[in-house]
Amino acid sequence: MSNTYYDPADLKKFGKISEWNQDLGDKFFEYYGKVFEEGALSAREKSLIALAVAHTEQCPYCIDAYTKDGLQRGITKEEMMEALHVGAAIKSGATLVHGVQMMNKVNKLDG
Amino acid sequence: MAIKSLKKQGSDLSNSKRQLELLSNGIFANGELPTFKNKISESNQFPLKAKTLEILQVNVGYMCNQVCEHCHVDAGPDRKEIMTRETMQQILDVIKTTGAHTLDLTGGAPEMNPDFRWFVEEASKIGIKDFIVRSNLTIIRANKKFYDLPDFFKKHNIHVVSSMPHWTRGKTDKQRGEGVFDMSIKALQELNERGYGMPDSNLKLDLVYNPSGAFLPGDQAAMEKDFKKALLEDFNIQFHNLFAITNLPISRFLDYLIASENYEDYMYSLVEAYNPAAVKNVMCTNTLSVSWDGYLYDCDFNQMLELPVNSKVKHISQYKQELLEGRNIVISQHCYGCTAGAGSSCQGVVA
Repeated sequence: MSNTYYDPADLKKFGKISEWNQDLGDKFFEYYGKVFEEGALSAREKSLIALAVAHTEQCPYCIDAYTKDGLQRGITKEEMMEALHVGAAIKSGATLVHGVQMMNKVNKLDG
Repeated sequence: MAIKSLKKQGSDLSNSKRQLELLSNGIFANGELPTFKNKISESNQFPLKAKTLEILQVNVGYMCNQVCEHCHVDAGPDRKEIMTRETMQQILDVIKTTGAHTLDLTGGAPEMNPDFRWFVEEASKIGIKDFIVRSNLTIIRANKKFYDLPDFFKKHNIHVVSSMPHWTRGKTDKQRGEGVFDMSIKALQELNERGYGMPDSNLKLDLVYNPSGAFLPGDQAAMEKDFKKALLEDFNIQFHNLFAITNLPISRFLDYLIASENYEDYMYSLVEAYNPAAVKNVMCTNTLSVSWDGYLYDCDFNQMLELPVNSKVKHISQYKQELLEGRNIVISQHCYGCTAGAGSSCQGVVA
C-alpha cells in the first residue's frame, strides 16, 4: 500500500474498477466515452468544461487528465485559466448567494 | 529555448548510440513496457518490410537558421553537414532509374544548401513532378537572397510543407524561437499572394503541427479546423491541409523528456496509443531517406540515430532497387512515435 492517498500512477489503473463489477464498470466507461464525443458541443468545449469541473471537484487525477487532454487539443493556457475562473466564479457565487439566506434570517430574528 | 545544437554543446545525447541505449534500457529492458518488436509481433507484423519505393526523402544538410526545442535533426546554424552537388548528381542518376514519383527535400533548412535550386532544377528536367520542400517559413524572410523563394517554389510547382506549432504567437515562439511566429505569418501571406494554399489552387501549401511538449497530438481534423479558423480570422491566411505529427523520442526531444522527467510517462502514452492499423502504412515502407553524405536510411529518424538500411546497399551511389525492396526495416522503441493513435508520418496521419 502506498502511504499517500493519491498516487499519479493510479490514474492509469482507472480501468481496473471494472474488475470487481464488470457490468457496471463497462456501462460507466461506455457512458463516459459517449459523453465526450463530438456532439452539439465540440469535443474541445467539453474538454474545457471537464477541466473546470475537475478543479471544482478537486480531483487530482482529473486535473492531470484534462490538462493533458487540453494541450493535445491545442487549447492554450490562457483558455484553461479562463475556464477555471468560470468554475471558481460559480463556486464563490454559490457561497455568496447563500448570503441572502443569512440576510433573511438576520432580518427575521433581529430585524 | 536552445541556442546551440546538442552536438555543439558536446551533450551526451548527441551520441546516437547513447540514445539507442536509453531507448532499450529501463522500462523496456525490465519488461514494464513491450519493445516495439514484441508489440508488432503480436499482430504478426514483424519484420516490417519495405515495399516499392515511392518517395525519396533527401536531407540536404543539417544547417538551419532556427534552433527549435524539439528538433529531431539537432539542426542549427552551427551544423556544417551539407550535401554536395556530387551527391545530388548521384541521387539524380538514381531517380532516373526508379519509379519514385516524389522528391521530398528536408534539412535543416533545405533552402540553405547552396545547390538547393540547382538540385530542384535538374530533378525537374529529368521528370520529377512531385517536389516537396519542408520549409521552416522563416528562411524566406531570413535574408534578401531568399526573398524570391516563393517565386522559385511556384515556378517548379513545389509542394510547400511548413512547420507551424500553433496559431498563437506565444506557443509558436516558445518552441521555435523568438520572432518566429511573426516571420512565419509574413511568409505564409507571401505564399498566399502567389496562390499557394488558396482554395482550389494547385500550388499546395500544407502545415505541420507537432506538440510543444510531452503530449501527443490531438485529432488531426479537429486541429486543422481550429488552425484554419484562427489563421483566417487573425491574419487572412489560408492553407490546404494540416499534418499532425507525433514527436519521436530522439535527439533534442529525448533530451527534453529526460530533463523534464517526462520520459517514462511519454513512452507509456506512446505504447498505450499504439495502433496496429497504423503499422501497415508507416512511411518507412515506401520511403528511403538519404543523408547529406549520401547514405541510405529507412527514415529521417533512423538517419539521426545512425541506423543504416539493412541491405548490402548502404550508399546512394550503389543503389539497386532489387536489393532494397523487401528489406527488413530497422526498428527500435522510437518507432512507437509513428504508430500512436491515427499514426504519424511526414504526410500526417496514416490510419
